[in-house]
Amino acid sequence: MMPDISIILETLLIVVKAFIVTMVLFVMPLPLTWLERKIAGHIQVRLGPWRVGPHGVLQPFADMIKLILKEDILPYKADRFLFVLAPVLSMVPAFAVYAAIPFGESFKIPGIEREMTLYLTDMNVGVLYILAVSGLGVYGMIFGGWASNSKYALLGGLRSSAQMISYEIALSFASIGVVMMANSLSLVDIVKAQGGSLLNWNIFYLPVGPIWFAVFMIGGFAESSRIPFDLPEDEGTLSSGFHTEYSGMKFAFFMLAEYIAMVTISVLSVIMFFGGWNAPFNIPLPIPPIFWFVGKVAFFIYVFMWVRFTLPRYRYDQLMNIGWKILIPVSLVNILLTGFMRIG
Amino acid sequence: MPFTYLPVLVMIGLATAMAIGALFMSFIFRPRNPYREKLSPWECGMEPVGEANRGHFRVHFFIIAILFIVFDVETLFLFPWATILTEKGLSMFVFVEMIIFIAVLALGLIYAWVKGALEWV
Repeated sequence: MMPDISIILETLLIVVKAFIVTMVLFVMPLPLTWLERKIAGHIQVRLGPWRVGPHGVLQPFADMIKLILKEDILPYKADRFLFVLAPVLSMVPAFAVYAAIPFGESFKIPGIEREMTLYLTDMNVGVLYILAVSGLGVYGMIFGGWASNSKYALLGGLRSSAQMISYEIALSFASIGVVMMANSLSLVDIVKAQGGSLLNWNIFYLPVGPIWFAVFMIGGFAESSRIPFDLPEDEGTLSSGFHTEYSGMKFAFFMLAEYIAMVTISVLSVIMFFGGWNAPFNIPLPIPPIFWFVGKVAFFIYVFMWVRFTLPRYRYDQLMNIGWKILIPVSLVNILLTGFMRIG
Repeated sequence: MPFTYLPVLVMIGLATAMAIGALFMSFIFRPRNPYREKLSPWECGMEPVGEANRGHFRVHFFIIAILFIVFDVETLFLFPWATILTEKGLSMFVFVEMIIFIAVLALGLIYAWVKGALEWV
């Protein structure tokens, strides 16, 4: 039996789209590392990368070549299988999250009369899928920390996993708040519910919207282990945390996962609170929706870097206090408040 | 909807292929010069003492893991509730129900708090 031609075409389209998304994500850390170091430089009144290429733009390529050419060190005490598996295990879920993320609505391809959607799939459990899959990244961290058989790595791995699971609860609560406002778990529906104008965005659903956004952002900073919550990589006490023993390409995978996590949190905050690809006003200009989406995401990535070079790092007990004693009670109260507003 | 979950598989496959490809690239180009001192676990330049992954860790991490399971399952129960909240005729009933559910959980959190499970120092 010959399968239908449209089914083949559909599958091919999915593969092509997935390939493009994967490629973009794979090279994304190159501009981001350059940007981060440049922003760091200018915030601290110095130049940042300067030597390789004009304004140091070729620096990330030099770094990439260096990482490929680095010797791969496998400590003799390490658990060989898990040591190799851990970086891959922390990288792959970071990519898999993007299967459910909508970058825009569908558009007509000019020439042939065919609709093309700007997302891989519109799951009816999108939010749940993203929370579940991004949670899998913890395994990479804890395996990496344990398999290294090094004291710093083990402590870093334990700290990372405790931090990730603590703040995942806050992150889920904030997602529940958004689901309550949109009445759907599908990310496309969540964005569509915020259409129209600026005032329909979830962040402006007063008074609970900003509180949910604050909970989500604090949880997101902790989930992507960025300053002020980068305790797993606290170089003062733990040298480099769970990836102390890693070098070369395996180290690069952990870094890749971290940068993609940062982008994921930015993308999710745009989709959940800032109207996704919706324009803030009804502008009569033919600006494509993807422009708004990318612009908003770029802004949030900048905020991540801005915060990194502005704030100091929390202590570990402070981190746990914020997660369990502030964010969770606030979320519980806020859920009741949101529910009351929704049915009232 | 036969294609809803296919992209997930495709995405995982592509990401794994990329990871293996990058590891293979580095396998071809990287130098190899291992010796015992280089391969020892990093302990600030001292001789490594003992085994690290014998399973000695602070029991507090375990308590946090247990609390996490309780609260994560709770959030899972909240998701279906959140989607049907504004449905007609149902909303008041599920809302009151959820107040009771959240109250019970808040009680659990308060209990853990009073017992000192959330203290780190």
